Amino acid sequence: MQNPHGSSELAELGEIRFQPWNVGRWILWGALALVFALLPLFFSRGFALTLMSQMGIMIVFALSYGMLLGQTGMLSFGHAVYSGFGAYAAIHAMNRIAAGTLLWPISLLPLVGGLAGAFFGVVFGYLTTRRAGTPFAMITLGIGEMVFAAALMFPGFFGGEGGVTGNRTAGPPFMGLPWLSWLTFGPQVQVYGLIAVWCFVCIVAMYALTQTPLGRIANAVRDNPERAEFIGYNTQRVRWLVLILSSFFAGIAGGLTAINFEIVGAESFHAVRSGGVLLAAFIGGAAFFFGPILGAVVFVVFAIALSDYTKAWQLYLGVFFVLLVLYAPGGLASLLLMNLRVAKFRKFARLRDPYVGVLLGGLLLALGVVLLIELTYHVTLDIGQGPLMRLFGLPLDTSAPGPWVLAAFVLVSGFVAFDYYRRRFARCWHDVQVEIEDWIRENPGDSPR
Amino acid sequence: MLSDTLSQLLYGLSYGLLLFMLASGLTLIFSMMGVLNFAHASFYMLGAYAAYQVSQWIGFWPALVIAPLLLFAFGAVVERWGLRRVHKWGHVPELLFTFGLSYIIVELVQVIWGRAAVAYRVPAELDGPVAWLQGYGITFPQYRMFMMGVAVAMLVAIWLLLTRTRVGLVIQAALTHPQQVEALGHNLPRVYMGVFGGGAALAGLAGVVGGNAFVTEPAMAGTVGAIVFVVIVVGGLGSLLGAFIAALLIGLLENFGKASDLTGLAVLARLGVDLDSGSALHSVLALSLSQVAPVLPYLLLVIVLIVRPKGLLGTREG
Amino acid sequence: MILRLMAAGAAAALLAAPPAFAQSKSAAAPQTVKIAYVDPLSGPFAGVGTNLVRHFQFMTEQVNARQLAGPGVRFEIVTFDNKASPQETLTVFKQVVDQGIRYVVQGQGSGAALALIDAIDKHNERNPAQSVVLLNYAAVDPDLTNSKCSFWHFRFDANTDMKMEAMTTFMKDRPQMKNVYLINQNYSHGHQVSRVAKELLARKRPDVKVVGDDLHPLGQVRDFSPYIAKMRAANADTVITGNWGPDLALLVRAARDAGLNANFYTYYAGVIGTPTAIGAAGEDRMLQVSYWHPNIAPEYPYEKLYLDFKKRFNEEWYAVATYTGLAMLGEAMRRTGSADPLKVAYAMEGMKMDAPHGTIEMRASDHQLLQPLWIASWTKVGGANRHDIEKTGYTWKTEAAYPTFVASQPTSCQMKKPARPQ
Repeated sequence: MQNPHGSSELAELGEIRFQPWNVGRWILWGALALVFALLPLFFSRGFALTLMSQMGIMIVFALSYGMLLGQTGMLSFGHAVYSGFGAYAAIHAMNRIAAGTLLWPISLLPLVGGLAGAFFGVVFGYLTTRRAGTPFAMITLGIGEMVFAAALMFPGFFGGEGGVTGNRTAGPPFMGLPWLSWLTFGPQVQVYGLIAVWCFVCIVAMYALTQTPLGRIANAVRDNPERAEFIGYNTQRVRWLVLILSSFFAGIAGGLTAINFEIVGAESFHAVRSGGVLLAAFIGGAAFFFGPILGAVVFVVFAIALSDYTKAWQLYLGVFFVLLVLYAPGGLASLLLMNLRVAKFRKFARLRDPYVGVLLGGLLLALGVVLLIELTYHVTLDIGQGPLMRLFGLPLDTSAPGPWVLAAFVLVSGFVAFDYYRRRFARCWHDVQVEIEDWIRENPGDSPR
Repeated sequence: MLSDTLSQLLYGLSYGLLLFMLASGLTLIFSMMGVLNFAHASFYMLGAYAAYQVSQWIGFWPALVIAPLLLFAFGAVVERWGLRRVHKWGHVPELLFTFGLSYIIVELVQVIWGRAAVAYRVPAELDGPVAWLQGYGITFPQYRMFMMGVAVAMLVAIWLLLTRTRVGLVIQAALTHPQQVEALGHNLPRVYMGVFGGGAALAGLAGVVGGNAFVTEPAMAGTVGAIVFVVIVVGGLGSLLGAFIAALLIGLLENFGKASDLTGLAVLARLGVDLDSGSALHSVLALSLSQVAPVLPYLLLVIVLIVRPKGLLGTREG
Repeated sequence: MILRLMAAGAAAALLAAPPAFAQSKSAAAPQTVKIAYVDPLSGPFAGVGTNLVRHFQFMTEQVNARQLAGPGVRFEIVTFDNKASPQETLTVFKQVVDQGIRYVVQGQGSGAALALIDAIDKHNERNPAQSVVLLNYAAVDPDLTNSKCSFWHFRFDANTDMKMEAMTTFMKDRPQMKNVYLINQNYSHGHQVSRVAKELLARKRPDVKVVGDDLHPLGQVRDFSPYIAKMRAANADTVITGNWGPDLALLVRAARDAGLNANFYTYYAGVIGTPTAIGAAGEDRMLQVSYWHPNIAPEYPYEKLYLDFKKRFNEEWYAVATYTGLAMLGEAMRRTGSADPLKVAYAMEGMKMDAPHGTIEMRASDHQLLQPLWIASWTKVGGANRHDIEKTGYTWKTEAAYPTFVASQPTSCQMKKPARPQ
């Protein structure tokens, strides 16, 4: 149960197939496409569209990283190199399209980015995949630092501090069809549409890859490289191939970035970008295919949306990440799947009440922590702005003992409640898991239906 | 000029020894527990800030002792309540735990001490150039000499601790045969806690002496973090002596590199090759060594990892 | 599925509530002009960013208290964190537009400034009824008022070329200067400083030799001693550097440690945190070019502002461009009686005003503010040099004061101007 690798859980979950047609698959993918299509109807403000566009890009980027980390077990600290090169290739192509020297549709610009990413995947990948494990991680770190330093030093290609700007509306009309000339990709909603289409296609493509022999052997290389060698596969070649494919999709993400922002700078190579995608993939649960999708959405919410409401967003992100590593190293996806397994065994009803208790207690505890952190941040970092601050729309006077007492009270009561319900929940959960494990042991290969 | 070269040598050595102080803790932690501590540079930063605070209240010399002790306690707590829990998931989650920890530490430092640099200064008695070197025409700061002294003393102390004391022997045994050590009745988790705390204390000591020579500010962890990894990888993961040699090597390489105006074009010209200024390689080769010197350690890292992943004196590949 | 969609919608409404709440509240007050502050408030550059927020908030209080923008008009600063990233700046700009804010102030980083100008140009072209004006208080890349100039951008800091003009004018009267060494950070700002230094030295002091031109990676160097050794080997008596932050502090300290007797001419020695980091190391060694410092005269009317700010926030009031920017904006609003960005922009063009450091003029051709510049040296507090900078015991002493016309530079700007409003 507590194995961070997803395969055993998935195996226990078994396959769910509908008869006579496997409509489950169509429903899932169809629902995903529908969500992508309908989101702008509910979230139509400029910032919300931007946020969703960035989520779409991050999903592709995080999934490409999931291919490396989750599927093949390669921990890379320099993945932003490939998306950065993809972005630069796309923005230079965009400028050439606008100048008329290159005939290529803007909507297919991410492909240019993907090819650039793949090219550097071939070049750098050959160097990096000769080693595995920690040496691989360290090499990617070194290459990431070097590329970033180089980007600042060569303003000719990398555009210096201002980066390279482009204009996504300057190309020829979509598909050359005059009746589609309104599709200029100027308005953000059209860019969102383009990103959504690319995101969907990439998700399908990367999922399909996991079902191919290459995808399966990549899993084998992750789990037991020695054995993979013994059955005749060159692990270095496999890792290199996976890296090339992963950098292709990372390049596509970079190309989408170029279209979305119309500016690409040296920050695209920064260690913070590489760290960010690592965080996103891990938060979601890299071992599962859809984990990075979850993680990308959560990460964008933390890093971009949350930073508007609080200065302490980095602290929250760090704490959230550390808690996840401590208690759910399989990421959010593993939490989801563990509960799905319980539901499949029809034992979820027993967990419902403890869950409610744990969640409410946890919410109270989190509220207390947030109150305390925000008050402390205001006092230490916003001095001179006066003691008044607003939290969740309510005014608080940090110089008075009131808010502090409230924060302490909420914190303590939340902690007590959370701890109490946590114990109850842990007992209940343990009982349920023991029952499930027993059933599996007694009925090997069966499905509880 | 000879005095110039000697002066350069001394500067390079002192910088290398500081890197070694940082890297030694990391090597110890890695060889013992197999975890690459990404938060190590943050411990360095905490050490500098702790020393600043203590020196504000008491003075620099007490801070030299108190700050590492505080870091030891902090490291022990982190190991006991954090790392130990993650240990059963494997090495990658341990690494990621320290990664997340480094984010948190940077934020906490900013909350407590603010976002700007703090006035952590070299103590007055150590300020100024070394007198007897002045006679040879070399102006070398006394404080750098002090830093070198602390680093060497630290190396000797660690060596003595590991080879001449009971605790050290237990630690050495636990490096290679942890189960036997546990079977013999030693409290292995406590040994781990002690080693992690010790590594943190070494990083803190580096922070105490380095924080006032270089600027103490919230971004200081990021700038040394990557170089430290280069040092331990090039030296060989798990080897203290390797880390020592690699640190000195990198310190000297960087310093002599910065001092040189050699460019690729000049080398090619010496060989009789003239490169057209329009060609793509031209802008790369026009870079002088002093421009790329700070990035050379990463190049060295990549080359070493490709050619000899064990590093100079490493015992394991990671 | 429907329930979930409704829940999602409710969540979205809740997310949108706080800004909406803030907006509706201020609509009830007398006309409030919101000004967006877009700069890093988290991350490694947050120290400078948060300090500048306080500058703006302080200045906003002055504007509101003295009705500098006209009767009944108030300014309000709304902060946005761009995390020093040009791409994040664009995301944040969308929020600025969403909230209906028409004025933006920005200054930390020419990269972000360039991204913002590009975005504002495109936005104003596609949505002329919601035009936005950018007041740049510190991004000094000369391109912003030359090749990349824009009608909607106004710069209130002297750019790199102007500051170098003042520096080299000062050097013209220093015959003891023979060998100049240039050291800069290896990115566009450093490249610009190096370029313009060589250009202007060749013009004004052809007898001076440039004995070194070093570029080092940004923020990566801890130990500057090898560069100091090179300076000594080249017999440099003057060093010109555009470095800022730890790169500057460590450079100056390394020079002091090695006993190098050269004068360091800097751009950014006064930025928050750097005086603390340099301290005594800069004595008899360091100079800076700036448009203001607290000891520019034995007594001057804005000294009270400086002291007030220092007492309240325990930080230095040094970015006076925050004052001139908002003061000029307010004056333009007062003269036109309107807060419409197009009218205000045209009113600011060519405007002349009084400021803490003298008479300033916003040049119409490129929207670069022309202002007097000072060359000041770092010296112990005493006599006329009375204000202690960041409790270091040191302060700035005027070495030369240059009126506006000295540092003004010609411009290559060909900005496209929109139709003048009636």
